Amino acid sequence: MSATKFISPYDDKAPAGSEGWRELYPYYMLFHDNLKEREEAKFFFCDSQHWPNVFKPFDAITVEFFVRCLGAYNTRQWLIPPANGVDFKIHNGYCYMSPVGVSPELIGDRVPQFLERAGHYFMNWNDLLDNWHQKVQRVIKDMETLKFEPLPDVISIEDVKGGVGTDPSLQLSQNYNRLIELCYEVCMYHFEFLNLGYAAYLDFFGFCKESFPNIPDLAVAKMVQGIEVDLFRPDEEIRKLAKLAIELNVSAVVLENDVNDALSALATSENGQQWLAAWEAAKNPWFNFTSGNGMYSSDKYWRDHLDIPFGYLKTYTGRLLKGENIDRPTEAIAAERERITEEYRDLLPNDEAIAAFEGKLGLARLVFPYVENHNFYIEHWSLGVFWRKMRELSAIFQKAGFWSDVEDIFYFRREEIWQIIFDYGNAWAIGVPYIGPDYLPQEIERRKGILAALATAPPKPAYNEPPAVITEPFTIMLWGITTESVQSWLGGSDDTSSLKGMAASPGVVEGRARVITSAEDLDQLVEGEILVTRVTAPSWAPVFGKIKATVTDIGGMMSHAAIVCREYGLPAVTGTGSASTAIKTGDLIKVNGSSGEVLIVEAA
Amino acid sequence: MKHTLFFKDATPNDYVLLGGKGASLASMTCANLPVPIGFCVTTHAYEAFLHDSGHGETIFQKVASIPFEKVSELDAISAQIRQLIIASELPAEVAESIKQSYRALCELCNANDDLPVAVRSSATAEDLPDASFAGQQDTYLWVVGEEAVLEHVRKCWASLFTSRAINYRRDQKIVENEVLMSVVVQKMVNARTAGVAMTLNPTNGDRSTIAIDAAWGLGEAVVSGEVTPDNYLVDKVMMHIVKANIQHKHIEHVPDKVSRKVLTREVPEDRASQPSLTESEVKEVCRMAKIIEKHYKCPQDIEWAIDADLPEGQNFTLLQSRPETVWSQKKTATAPAFKMGMEGLVGSLINPLASKK
Repeated sequence: MSATKFISPYDDKAPAGSEGWRELYPYYMLFHDNLKEREEAKFFFCDSQHWPNVFKPFDAITVEFFVRCLGAYNTRQWLIPPANGVDFKIHNGYCYMSPVGVSPELIGDRVPQFLERAGHYFMNWNDLLDNWHQKVQRVIKDMETLKFEPLPDVISIEDVKGGVGTDPSLQLSQNYNRLIELCYEVCMYHFEFLNLGYAAYLDFFGFCKESFPNIPDLAVAKMVQGIEVDLFRPDEEIRKLAKLAIELNVSAVVLENDVNDALSALATSENGQQWLAAWEAAKNPWFNFTSGNGMYSSDKYWRDHLDIPFGYLKTYTGRLLKGENIDRPTEAIAAERERITEEYRDLLPNDEAIAAFEGKLGLARLVFPYVENHNFYIEHWSLGVFWRKMRELSAIFQKAGFWSDVEDIFYFRREEIWQIIFDYGNAWAIGVPYIGPDYLPQEIERRKGILAALATAPPKPAYNEPPAVITEPFTIMLWGITTESVQSWLGGSDDTSSLKGMAASPGVVEGRARVITSAEDLDQLVEGEILVTRVTAPSWAPVFGKIKATVTDIGGMMSHAAIVCREYGLPAVTGTGSASTAIKTGDLIKVNGSSGEVLIVEAA
Repeated sequence: MKHTLFFKDATPNDYVLLGGKGASLASMTCANLPVPIGFCVTTHAYEAFLHDSGHGETIFQKVASIPFEKVSELDAISAQIRQLIIASELPAEVAESIKQSYRALCELCNANDDLPVAVRSSATAEDLPDASFAGQQDTYLWVVGEEAVLEHVRKCWASLFTSRAINYRRDQKIVENEVLMSVVVQKMVNARTAGVAMTLNPTNGDRSTIAIDAAWGLGEAVVSGEVTPDNYLVDKVMMHIVKANIQHKHIEHVPDKVSRKVLTREVPEDRASQPSLTESEVKEVCRMAKIIEKHYKCPQDIEWAIDADLPEGQNFTLLQSRPETVWSQKKTATAPAFKMGMEGLVGSLINPLASKK
């Protein structure tokens, strides 16, 4: 019944209307005809866990920088014995990954180097991590400091008298380059600890599976997972603000107004001002938080869209007024973590096994806070500033008539923006009209059309022939892709009324499905529905207060979605492959987060 | 000399008189586990019977005379011995003690001297764990009234001398006169669903797993293999049902109140394929199994039932628990060496477990 290989990207034609799509992305990310043989020998899988949607040309920067930096650590810094980097391509608007292994005969030679290099990081983990925080904060500060301002009519007299000799278009160009470099730099930091963190987790995970072949993946996750996690702080800040609104007797203002009216109304009373001070204090850094995953320019950040956190604030305030407890049961979570750990430890056969368990768990717990927290510092905070700065730059061109919407800048590749900056400075220098306003708007429309056409076809799960057995550790660790999951993609779905995925968060519930395709549609969710989506971001946290369960196409046991669902005590099945297309909004579905099964009980 | 002893009254010093099964029930009763109320006819009673009737010598001589190479003679002598036991009177003192205990049991259960009971053999031999006798002696269900109880106690004693049991003892070099038998007399459970629970995974020895087999009616259908039971694998720590394999369970054994017998009947089609346990019942079985394992400090093989006559929350009953023997004996031989620290990490990277399947 099932095939043994996926189609070749060379046979996967782009949808009608998308002609010219290849010009939107860098040449090194495309499948080229003269490299057919080489590319078809590789197994590619679609990374819709991180990049579920078609890329605007500029947004390809995230896959370029992130995946390239992941590779550099494996290949050039740690010399991970069996693994180099991950090759990546964009095809028909979606991104595909192909992890690069190391030839078996070369693995041994890399071991001593890996031991010295990675060993140093494990030995000095917390000191190096403190240093990491300083480096990342410095990058954020440098980004925040960059100014993007329109060129003045004339060069300032101070510059003339100061003998500066350069004009401000140079600064504009430099600042743009600097912004891109800072983004590149912070993407490097993203992976400085991540690969090692996952490796230590994998080691403990493997030990548990060997000692207890039937142990649920979830149990291992629960033993390692942290209690106080920075990624939950934004949500916690909102809860605190909800409590404060009630304490200060301003909850009516919060509940009865939209964000702008409420903030102005609050400024008129003493209690309101006290509450506003707390709101402002929470903003930096905790509102540098997106309901997407930070990988797209279209991701909305709380700081730039205060209506998002304000909406959550209203929900929490309302729940508090109804007498509900909105606190995270941190003590209960900590106690449960200890109970689980102790019970498994007590089942081990001897002291030697107990010592191994404790050693490996200790290391996993040392490194895991990084795995859990880095998203806040990179994807949310750093990239939040990055996208905002890009919009500041775009506003200059918008004002100069190059385009009508600040978002339009993202329809150009990053090297094209350098040209646009030059056009702007060039015309300014010569004293003639810019060319951009007469060329770019049509080009933007053409590109919008191409992207819309690409988006009509979902990505393929994978291309080419998969290896008989998936052994590449990063494929397994970071993407949760195993021999079984590849087989299930190949098998296709003969029976579409039941789906199988990872039992990511326990519990069984039945309810109506709501299929969500982008973060902007989250407000469609109705209390008591089951969220069905390609992939969730942890920042969707506040919606978890009203849903019954979550089902995703993509993601493993440690995917962001799984972590947050466990935190909220909601059943979750992740990595089903096709739930968001197999299930329709309104279907009655039964989600078994303990077994990983999802059943369509009754179609809408 | 105590000829009978209620589970709740037995002290650990008495356990030697109760056989493996009886001692287990007494010890679980003392640990406040939901064991159906009952008593043991002790090994003293059996010894008194052998001695007072004078059959002891006769029996041992007959066994000793068996030419084992002749199956027909083994069967013939086995039948003679069993007939001898079944046809003999009990010593008056023993009979009186059993009758008294049965009446007391009826009273405790608010039954009018006609409480249906299960009569089970519980053999013992010096220095031998009970497990080696598993399934070799008889169990009689739905026994009602004093005389019937006395009759089935004799039947249990007689079951020590089936051809199979005699043969087994000979193979295992168990000395005949060291083998004694206690008999358990226990309130009958009107099982809606029953089965077994093992506090490890019998297929791979995983101690973090509880494996449950369950089917409709009395547990005999599961133990005897007459039906393919529902099978559940549950993680012991997380209490998650890792796997539920629901089967078509075509027959069930149920006590029939009118004929006072156990009936075997077809299960209606729609119920046959339904899970025989709800999810919360699966978890209740596991909760009990965990307590029992902790009580005995080693993996257990447990028989349990859900009583149709008792309200939810109180309907779970434990029929038997004995140490798991297969994996528990194997384990010490194969302790793997663990790679620690960076070395372990390299090992996990080069050969990630998920790739080993």
